[in-house]
Amino acid sequence: MAPQELLLNYLPIVVFLVIATGLACVMVLASFIAAKQKPDAEKLSAYECGFEPFGDARSKFDVRFYLVSILFIIFDLEIAFLFPWAVTLGSIGLYGFWSMMVFLGVLTIGFIYEWRKGALDWE
Amino acid sequence: MVTAGKRNWLPISKPTRPTGKERQQTMIESLFFYVLSGVLVLSALMVISAQNPVHAVLFLILAFFNAAGLFVLLGAEFLAMILVIVYVGAVAVLFLFVVMMLDINFAELRRGMGRYLPLSGLVGTVMLVEFFWIFSKWTSDTAAVAPHMRHAPLEVSNTHALGQVLYTHYAYIFQLSGLILLVAMIGAITLTLRHRPNVRRQEVSRQVDRHPKDVLRVEKINSGEGVS
Repeated sequence: MAPQELLLNYLPIVVFLVIATGLACVMVLASFIAAKQKPDAEKLSAYECGFEPFGDARSKFDVRFYLVSILFIIFDLEIAFLFPWAVTLGSIGLYGFWSMMVFLGVLTIGFIYEWRKGALDWE
Repeated sequence: MVTAGKRNWLPISKPTRPTGKERQQTMIESLFFYVLSGVLVLSALMVISAQNPVHAVLFLILAFFNAAGLFVLLGAEFLAMILVIVYVGAVAVLFLFVVMMLDINFAELRRGMGRYLPLSGLVGTVMLVEFFWIFSKWTSDTAAVAPHMRHAPLEVSNTHALGQVLYTHYAYIFQLSGLILLVAMIGAITLTLRHRPNVRRQEVSRQVDRHPKDVLRVEKINSGEGVS
C-alpha cells in the first residue's frame, strides 16, 4: 500500500477529531457567553452532597490498586507482542513459533508466581 | 536527519518532477507534521512546568497522542496503536495512581527550593553544556548508518514487517524483553504485596467443595412449636 493511500485511511479520524474539538470549544464558549454569571462565595465553594466539604479531594490510594494496574500493563504488553506474531506466523517458521512459546513460558512462570502468592486476590 | 518536508520513506528513485497533486499532498502532510510536533513539544513543555502534577500527567497523555500521530504519518501504524494502548491506556493511568499516592504537599515542596537551587542549577548547567558539546561535535556518516536504518517496507503492513524480524532475527532481544517483564512482575509483587492478618479471603476451592448435604438441614416444623 502506498503511503498516501495509508494516510488517506486516517482521514475519517482527522474529521472526527476536528468535529470533536470544535464541538467541545463551542459548548464551553457558549455556556461562558450565554449563561448569566453572578459568582458568590457559596456558589464557588466545593459541593459535597449538601454539607460542608471535609478533607481534600486528593486522598491517598491503596497501593493494591497500583499492583493490579502494573500486572495489567505486563499482560497488556504480552498481548501486544502476540499481534505481529499472529500476523506473520505463516512466514517465520518453527523458529518464530517456538521463540514466542519460550516468551509465553517465561511470562507464565510469573503468572503462576503471582497466582500462588495471592496477588490477584482481593481482601 | 529526517526533515519534515522530505519524507525519506518515499521511494527515492523518482526522477520525474512532482506533479501539482503530489506537491499538494506533500504540503498537507507537512502541515500535519508541524501541527502534531508543535502540540507535542508544547505539551511536553507543560509536563515539566505544570504546577499541579495531575495536570502534568494529562499533558503527558496529550503528548503521547501526538507522538502516535507522528508514527502514523511515518507509516508505522502498529507502533502508533501500541503507543495509544500501552502508554495512554496503561502507563498514564499508572502515573496518575502514583501522583495520587504520593500525596504531595505543595507548600512544603516549594520551601526547600532555595536550599537545593545551587546544586540542581550546577547539575542542570553541566548537562546543558554536555548536550551542546554532543550536538555541535557529533556527526554521523549517512552511508554507514543507512544499512541499520532501513525504511519500513511499503508493500506489507507495519505489523507484518515487524513480525517478520522480531521473532527470528531479534529473538534474543525479544526473550530479553520477556525476562524484563518477568522481573517487573515479581518486583511489583514483592514490593507492594502485603497480606493483612485477620482478613477473610475468598477461597474458591472451599466454595466449590461445599455440598448442600453438609451444610443444609431441612426441618419439619409443626405449628405452634419452634426449632430446637
